[in-house]
Amino acid sequence: MSEVDVTTGGRLLDVEDLHVEFRTRDGVAKVLNGVSYHVDAGETLAVLGESGSGKSVTAQTVMGILDTPPGHVTGGRIRYGGEDLLQATEERRRLLRGDSMAMIFQDALSALNPVYTVGFQIAEQLRTRRGMSRKDATARAVELLDMVKIPNAKQRVKEFPHQFSGGMRQRAMIAMSLALDPQLLIADEPTTALDVTVQAQIMDLLDELRRERGMGLILITHDLGVVAEVADRIVVMYAGRIVESADAHGLYARPGHPYTEGLMRSIPRLDLAGQDLATIEGLPPNLMRIPSGCPFHPRCPRAADPCRDTVPEQHDLGAGRTSACHFAEELIKSE
Amino acid sequence: MSEPILQVRDLVKHFPITRGVLFQRTIGHVRAVDGVSFDLNKGETLGIVGESGCGKSTLAQVLMRLEKPTSGSATFEGRDMFAMKGPELRKLRRDMQIVLQDPYTSLNPRRTVGDIVGEPFEIHPEVAPKGERRRRVQELLDVVGLNPEHIHRYPHQFSGGQRQRIGIARALALKPKVIVCDEPVSALDVSIQAQVMNLLGELQQEFGLSYVFIAHDLGVVRHLSDRVGVMYLGRMVEVGTGEQIYQHPQHPYTQALLSSVPVPDPALRGKREVIRLSGDVPSPADPPSGCRFRTRCWKAQDRCAEEAPALEVRLGEHPAACHFAEERPQLLA
Repeated sequence: MSEVDVTTGGRLLDVEDLHVEFRTRDGVAKVLNGVSYHVDAGETLAVLGESGSGKSVTAQTVMGILDTPPGHVTGGRIRYGGEDLLQATEERRRLLRGDSMAMIFQDALSALNPVYTVGFQIAEQLRTRRGMSRKDATARAVELLDMVKIPNAKQRVKEFPHQFSGGMRQRAMIAMSLALDPQLLIADEPTTALDVTVQAQIMDLLDELRRERGMGLILITHDLGVVAEVADRIVVMYAGRIVESADAHGLYARPGHPYTEGLMRSIPRLDLAGQDLATIEGLPPNLMRIPSGCPFHPRCPRAADPCRDTVPEQHDLGAGRTSACHFAEELIKSE
Repeated sequence: MSEPILQVRDLVKHFPITRGVLFQRTIGHVRAVDGVSFDLNKGETLGIVGESGCGKSTLAQVLMRLEKPTSGSATFEGRDMFAMKGPELRKLRRDMQIVLQDPYTSLNPRRTVGDIVGEPFEIHPEVAPKGERRRRVQELLDVVGLNPEHIHRYPHQFSGGQRQRIGIARALALKPKVIVCDEPVSALDVSIQAQVMNLLGELQQEFGLSYVFIAHDLGVVRHLSDRVGVMYLGRMVEVGTGEQIYQHPQHPYTQALLSSVPVPDPALRGKREVIRLSGDVPSPADPPSGCRFRTRCWKAQDRCAEEAPALEVRLGEHPAACHFAEERPQLLA
């Protein structure tokens, strides 16, 4: 195993300039166009973006579960504990999955196998990967279900996924993903399908487990509220690029990219009931025909000449913040 | 206050649970909607919030007369909706329209946008004579912010937000008075959601529409609604103006719901009062006795198990169905 010292809050994962394209019958969609981010042990990185921004594809590429075809990695590096995962053998990556990094998904019902008990599915990896006996593995599965606060875990371990409620299934998924003590957990829209009262329970649980285990957590979501409550750092994605990267407080206090600004203004807030919501005009781009220059320029209220033909670099805004906007500095300074 | 256009009283919809193939017998009921009353005034938006399984969509189906109510009554402009038939029912079908959640499955993929938006005119030819239909459809597309030239396109050629606009155009075709919106923006991305919400607001102003706006997102409901009703397991637990419900919630469930909504402001992290409900919503096939929320309520006492609390004004100015209703402000910030 490649062990990273989690106690020091060391760098766990470094994604550098990742490019992925989907080759389909209709053409080539450039899904990721140079994505870079990193996660340290014990921190929560939120990846924020709308459908089609590439947030899930990045995670799938990191996990090594990208469907190929149609997906092809065309460039970049994924460093995990000093090792480039894109160069690693499939066998090596299989060993890393579960042991070092694990992932949970939005739809826990389709992520679980309907014909096996929840306990069997948790115990299975303990048996194959840790060589535990059926009895020991099941006992451990009960402990894990207990850890994710499923009441009456001894009974529940024998039940099938359809006997669990939505929130319970997501808890079971979390238990399963943590069975082999990974250092990195990727949660892809873990609460999107859940009701708000249950969502709050699950987010609390994830946050607690991250703290206890010193795990790195990548939280993929489109919900600006959820992000504000748990994230340490945030990267905002648009059309397969990172448009802004900042600490949570800084980002919400003053967005450094017009897209982030637009997103913030378009959420209906409970505490600010207004008449008209600000909107981002137009639609996200078709990834087969990404606009020239800054991909956001056709929808951007600040778009000027350079935006139409020059792809903006990442502007360093200090304090660990970057923004891929030609006018990033002005945005941060302006009121 | 203007007069109510829709009055609903003690509406109940139970679905039988049956067992057996040849000899079906009823072994229980899912109490999807179990005694809901409200008024919808002309030109106003009544928001209905609640979590999955609380009966809000069944309520929409019953209001549209797509499902027969088990009991209870509803009047539209003073006339009994459920007794209507013949020409009167046809008129009602014109006056009340619905916009559904999923813009992907609620539009027929084999028909063009023109066919979809124009179909209501086939059934109600009195609204637009044949020669005028194409023009009417194009007008409607324009009203909802779509390009009228796209009348010959198919639904798959549009994005999710645009499809929802098509659904709205279809609902507007017959110049309805009431539109029931069943989670109209839940499937959309934030930036698109805001566009559709603004559109719904503009259309209301322009055509004097009344909305029953059903959603699980408290922020969305707050934004569009004049009054809000909170549902839990088939019952309305609290009704009031946006201000009353969001700033002065009295029912413990409303309070918990508001406290659970993440606020997009990291500065408030750890500073808000947090109420975390334990467990899940009980099954509507076997709801708890007395107050349905008591199994998850921190205030529950013996009385709650014995006596179902009525939805009535106990303090302040708006009704809440809790024996121990009390105000708890500042849940939001």
